[in-house]
Amino acid sequence: MLSVRGISRTLGALAIKDISFEVRQGEYFVLLGASGVGKSVLLETIAGIIRPDTGRVFLDGKDITNEQIHRRKIGFVFQNSTLFPHMTVYDNIAFGLRCRRLQNRQIHKRVGELAEDFAVSHFLKRRPQTLSGGEAQRVCLARAVASEPKCLLLDEPISSLDVSARGQIRALLRKISSGAAHLRNRASGSPARGPAIVHVTHDYTEAVCLGTHIAVMENGRIAQIGAAQEVFGHPKSEFVARFVGIRNFFKGRLPEPDYGQGHARKFISNGLSFSVLTDRPSGSGYIMVRSQDVTICDAAGQPAAAGPAQNGRAFRRPRTSARNNFEGTIVDIIPNGGLPGGVEVIVDIGAGKPVEVAALITAQSAKMLDLHPGKRVTLSFKASAVEYVEEGDGHLAISPWAQGRKMPTQ
Amino acid sequence: MRDTRYEPLSLAFAALGGVVLLFIVAPLVSMFLNCSLPQLARTIQDGEVQNSIWLTLATSMAATLIFAAAAIPFSYLLARKDFPLKRLVTAIIDLPIVIPHSAAGIALLGVVSRNSFLGTAAARMGFSFVSSTAGIMLAMAFVSIPYLLNSARDGFLAVPVRLEKAALSLGASPLRVFLTVSVPLAARAIISGLILMWARGMSEFGAVLIIAYHPMITPVLIYERFGAFGLKYARPVAVLFISVCLVFFIMLRLIAKDKQYAQR
Repeated sequence: MLSVRGISRTLGALAIKDISFEVRQGEYFVLLGASGVGKSVLLETIAGIIRPDTGRVFLDGKDITNEQIHRRKIGFVFQNSTLFPHMTVYDNIAFGLRCRRLQNRQIHKRVGELAEDFAVSHFLKRRPQTLSGGEAQRVCLARAVASEPKCLLLDEPISSLDVSARGQIRALLRKISSGAAHLRNRASGSPARGPAIVHVTHDYTEAVCLGTHIAVMENGRIAQIGAAQEVFGHPKSEFVARFVGIRNFFKGRLPEPDYGQGHARKFISNGLSFSVLTDRPSGSGYIMVRSQDVTICDAAGQPAAAGPAQNGRAFRRPRTSARNNFEGTIVDIIPNGGLPGGVEVIVDIGAGKPVEVAALITAQSAKMLDLHPGKRVTLSFKASAVEYVEEGDGHLAISPWAQGRKMPTQ
Repeated sequence: MRDTRYEPLSLAFAALGGVVLLFIVAPLVSMFLNCSLPQLARTIQDGEVQNSIWLTLATSMAATLIFAAAAIPFSYLLARKDFPLKRLVTAIIDLPIVIPHSAAGIALLGVVSRNSFLGTAAARMGFSFVSSTAGIMLAMAFVSIPYLLNSARDGFLAVPVRLEKAALSLGASPLRVFLTVSVPLAARAIISGLILMWARGMSEFGAVLIIAYHPMITPVLIYERFGAFGLKYARPVAVLFISVCLVFFIMLRLIAKDKQYAQR
């Protein structure tokens, strides 16, 4: 188990402050944050490349804060290939094994196994310069796994790859994390759980795809930390919510309830009134609506299933349980926005100044409704789909997303 | 950017370049042309000349290799670490290039002469730096070591630190990383630095003359023949020495080039 306790380090303009977390064997910990937030500094501190100003790092209960890098049993994979250009792929993978003074026969066997697992067998004799980005990163991973680290640090390992290579590497990372039998050293019979993995990225989809646990970093601190579902379902701050990909996020005021119990509350933002379900006291805060929860209708009032547009007819809104209904103009349509087969439609519902709401609908629906920028539409979502967060408070009032909601996966 | 068009300015610069090239080549060519083959043949058979050429080649090569053992790790340190007074240290390294070599010889003689600490220590062990091959090597290394240090440092600077970090994280000790990653990747610059140091040491005259007139290295022999017998007797030795140097120089360059290709 990797345990980081109260790490702080200032490096010029970059600073990380009081970072603490734990990652157990087999857990996949994703550290999410914008570039320049100090993620790499934190990784290099764990690896021993940088010494922390304060704080300690423990691995399996042993204090390794002042341990030399090569004695830590911590593997490190960088964003760009760090394969040694003067060695063949074979020698690169064998590098860590040679450091452990294994016999040539054992090295040969182990490199063969790893090459098979990471699908690099067919270019073992080639030089790294001749490999594609994805191939090179597979070799980097094989090389890191070869030295059997207890903890594996990944610094944006996928970011510089093309889409198809990303998929391959993600699959391999899952395999490493699960400690799939074929990826452990068969000779030494190490446990079936994979190493503790710390993966640093700015791309929340990587976190969704891979992370069992997630921390979001902001200004050198951890803004929120927890199980993946928890962080994505209950972002504690505007920053986290924006970062983990929740698109519809509005700041405003929750007034005292006008009505008695049993009514939805009003939330005022940008001159618009939203209905929310919450028991929080009045005050300022944020509301969030996931783009998946927003429905689009023709402005004429026809739901998605209706026929051709009803030009010239009087506006007629269907009776619906959705408490939030807004008319607006489509400003943008993003194909494959969010999920494959999905279309993200951005609608401006603002009165006076623009207020953009994103709706994730299927490509089919978009085609049927003949959506295009400039078209008038009606947006609707339920009051129960609106999450209200009080400003400055990490606590979420009610959490309709907590139960029975699955994380979006690719 | 490379440009193959010939504008007037480029032509003017090329003409100036021609003058500079002529300035370098003309004296050498005239020396070779003024040296008759029978003269050259006699010089080749001259035992004193032969000995001095071998002595020059051997001492300069030994000096390069011996000092390289310390200079290469030092240049790695200069490339990788920041330490107090680093700029001063860098300036000190370049000092032998800028001071007159006879002055360098005098300075060196001060610390290795029979009255000095090093001199008495050497005498106790049964040898002397003054008028010996050890002294020649010291003088050669003194004036030529900046070339190796600077070239090797630039070579190490070009090795990505990420590769070294990756090697450390794979469990390699810092020494192992230095020997198996840093040095091989900087090999081209190191070899180039070694060749430069060797060539510069071999051609050294002033500093060696002051520390060790005897045993006589070829530059000193050329000077002595010129002083005692004149241009006619000094020229064939010079021609022979330059030819031998060129052969070695070209051979080493070719070997170094092979090494580059092997790396790709």
